[in-house]
Amino acid sequence: MAVIVSLLVQFAQMLLVLALAPLLTGVVRKVKARFQRRIGASVFQPYRDLRRLMGKDVVLADNASWLFRVAPYTIFACTWVAAALVPTFATGLMFSWSGDLIVIAGLLGTARFVQALAALDIGTSFGGIGASREVMIASLAEPAMILIVLSVALIAGSTQLSVVADHMLNGQVGLRVSLALALVALTIVALAENARIPVDNPATHLELTMVHEAMVLEYSGRHLAMIELGVALKLLLYISMIACIFAPIGLAGANAGIGAFLIGGAAYVAKLAVGAVALGTFETSIAKMRVFRLPNFVGAALMLSLLGVLLLFVSRGM
Amino acid sequence: MIEIALSCIGLFCLLAVAGAGLGRASAGRFIVYGGCLLIGAILFGTGLLAIAEPAQRIALPLGVPWVGVHLRLDALSSFFLLLLGLGSAGASLFAIGYCAHDEEPQRVLPFYPLFLAGMTLVLLADDAFSFLFAWELMSLSSWALVMAQHRESGNAQAAFVYLLMAVFSGLTMLLAFGVLAGPTGGYAFDAMRAAHPSAGLTALIFALALAGAGSKAGLVPLHVWLPLAHPAAPSHVSALMSGVMTKIAVYGFIRVVFDLLGGAPWWAATIVLAVGGITAIMGVLHALMERDLKRLLAYSTVENIGIVFVGLGLALAFKANNFPAGAALALTAALFHALNHTLFKSLLFFGAGAVLHATGTRDIEKLGGLLQRMPLTSAAVLVGCFAISALPPMNGFASEWLTFQAILLRPELPQWGLKLSIPADGALLALAAALAAACFVRAFGIGFLGRPRTAAAGNAHEADRWSVAAMAGFAGLCLLTGLFPGVTIDLLAPVAHALVGAAMPWQTGDAWLTTIPVAASRSSYNALLLFVFVLGSGGIAAALVKRFGSSGLRRSPAWDCGFPDPSPMTQYTGASMGQPIKRVYGALAFHARDVVDMPAPGDTRAATHTVTRTDYIWDGVYVPLGQAVTWVSTYLNVLQFLTIRRYLGFVFILLILLLMALALWQ
Repeated sequence: MAVIVSLLVQFAQMLLVLALAPLLTGVVRKVKARFQRRIGASVFQPYRDLRRLMGKDVVLADNASWLFRVAPYTIFACTWVAAALVPTFATGLMFSWSGDLIVIAGLLGTARFVQALAALDIGTSFGGIGASREVMIASLAEPAMILIVLSVALIAGSTQLSVVADHMLNGQVGLRVSLALALVALTIVALAENARIPVDNPATHLELTMVHEAMVLEYSGRHLAMIELGVALKLLLYISMIACIFAPIGLAGANAGIGAFLIGGAAYVAKLAVGAVALGTFETSIAKMRVFRLPNFVGAALMLSLLGVLLLFVSRGM
Repeated sequence: MIEIALSCIGLFCLLAVAGAGLGRASAGRFIVYGGCLLIGAILFGTGLLAIAEPAQRIALPLGVPWVGVHLRLDALSSFFLLLLGLGSAGASLFAIGYCAHDEEPQRVLPFYPLFLAGMTLVLLADDAFSFLFAWELMSLSSWALVMAQHRESGNAQAAFVYLLMAVFSGLTMLLAFGVLAGPTGGYAFDAMRAAHPSAGLTALIFALALAGAGSKAGLVPLHVWLPLAHPAAPSHVSALMSGVMTKIAVYGFIRVVFDLLGGAPWWAATIVLAVGGITAIMGVLHALMERDLKRLLAYSTVENIGIVFVGLGLALAFKANNFPAGAALALTAALFHALNHTLFKSLLFFGAGAVLHATGTRDIEKLGGLLQRMPLTSAAVLVGCFAISALPPMNGFASEWLTFQAILLRPELPQWGLKLSIPADGALLALAAALAAACFVRAFGIGFLGRPRTAAAGNAHEADRWSVAAMAGFAGLCLLTGLFPGVTIDLLAPVAHALVGAAMPWQTGDAWLTTIPVAASRSSYNALLLFVFVLGSGGIAAALVKRFGSSGLRRSPAWDCGFPDPSPMTQYTGASMGQPIKRVYGALAFHARDVVDMPAPGDTRAATHTVTRTDYIWDGVYVPLGQAVTWVSTYLNVLQFLTIRRYLGFVFILLILLLMALALWQ
């Protein structure tokens, strides 16, 4: 019985992230629209977009290979599994031990690898420009992510996100310099990985600075829908991760009752809303960076996270 | 067990003779490579069975008088024997098909089994003489293999550099064993284990072993021969040299430092950590700039050797601080990565060989579109690219994940050198992993995807059945070792026990085959479960979308924002793909510069764009060294044409000087 319940909770989490992801994107767009004194589309518009795209036939380039057709599903599946590993409303779910924070970073790396290869498959220059910039940004953001994982793991004594969240919630962690550095670095990494302003502009196509949109230019129909859903899931994943490490308030324990789960769920939705408003505000208040200024921006995350790890190696109390 | 391994060496030598005799006969290929395939399989089995057994010895009445030839098969040799068997079986299977069109098989056939015999003997040697004999046999036979296609430009020079580096490696190993043996001259490894050299001598032996094994393995700055020799050798030999021989060098380092010396002081660990981290980063940055597929793979080997040495450095650091569990984890991670590298690098070299055979070029700028023309080869290479980029659920990720766990294990080491170098290595390792992914997106994306850039790439054909079988087998092994990392970790338990006195917790008995390096609350990873999840959710998503959404599909010309260009020359090239990375890292690492010469308006000359790169190590170390040797030999040249009286005079003066030195010494 207990196994069935924990299995159900695990599935509830997987469905929850999938169901909330487009809404989160919709809210961010709405916030940005309001700041620009527009009414903006409904927050449910991303769902309608997905339904429309799913219903359309795929128009495939003549020379597209099987890799191009498999890629959208692979990207979606890797991102979804990674998002399901992040505690949202409760820690210690049934399969939470199947991967730790490094594995989550690795799964996102797999998704990106497939995405960049798919962009090169047709052999157009837009795909190439997107892929080459994506791997350049990833070559800075990914090590920064690993170093953030290292500093969080040194504080919590575990790379397991559930254990980290429990430690942050119950342990005497206090205010630490290294955690502050990790938070700043993780925010920069999240912006870079999700192709948000100032790294990339999710609202435009056909701009010379674009990265992610250039890679998915050849996609259409249901393939594009899977990629859009993957993008929304990735954004949700990063906000959940930041919330789970730095604001684990309200998270239910491993075998808590239904009441604790409901409180955890409400807290999670509130955290997502805060994250969406913060992201919308930040994106409105800053300009897109030139591509070759990005290494300074993302490199700062790398340096900050390295500093955090060094501080922890020098003194566990930092 | 050791008798089987010994008879395998004998069989290799017989095959070498057969190879010399059969020469150009078409049966030679089947006999030599088929034989090597079988013997490789036997060696693999021997290693697998002997790894958990107690050490076995045998002494042969051969070699130097009073010393003889001592052979020993313990857990460490068994593991590397397993690795060697696997690598040689795969390379031989590939070679049966790949060498069908070889024009001069007699240049390869005799030396190939001899090379394998040398490597096997290195693993079995239990005294310094047999070790060095086998080490040199391995170097010389592989030199002959590098020289196999000696008429192609550059190959002779590559082989010369390789020979010089091999001589350097042999010399430093010789000195290391000389110091280990001490004034009494105990050349058997047992005597060396029993002797406890002083701190100064330990430092000397460590430095010599690091230089000797490092130059064979490809540690920066001794890596220069790899990018020259690997492209020059036939592809199956490149696979062996890169996938197996560099591991034999790692074995040499472990044998001397972990076993014979019994560990090293903590400062030695910082040196290994620093060299390993720098090697990893420099290797992958060079690989990112290369357009020759095999040179790219050679530099990537340098990177992976760096990762292995980072693991070894961590193991030394923990061992020096009396923390055997940590040392066991780090050592297991390093050896696991060595095995993984054998698998995926051999696979990638096979792929490069198949591409070279199908298109006649190794230049990725002249390839493209191979995924459609060579589907099986490309799919296998794709698996290898996933594995080498350390992406889950492949094997490369499992071993790098273990290395990160080792880095996190104990931050409170007392020494400041380690406190700073371990996190710095974590950063370098993470950077190297991300750059490796970028490197293989570029290599596969430009070489195998897109539209064919030349007619040769457009007319490429699938490789023969033997080659495809070898590649598919290794791709399968990459996936299997990635999905079941616990099997390899358990296999390595006796090795870690013998060298650092502890082993990692037993993995495969646990429920669901989860990998738990220390404790479940600390970290765990279940590759199989994640693989099933990803496969399942992707498959279900695809099925649902096709059932409830649309399932139609229409082919049309590429969209490309409405302006598709029919010329394949407008695609991204390897150079343009690597340009952002070159701009970010290249200025520091290679002093990379783009110089654009734009003529003034009205000027009719053409505009030019030049890219310059400086290889600091080649220009800063090897070129001055070569110039110094030339300079000295020019001045000493006069000594070549003297009369006999003068030579006798020199001998006399030298004798006097030596006697005086002896008199002063006493």
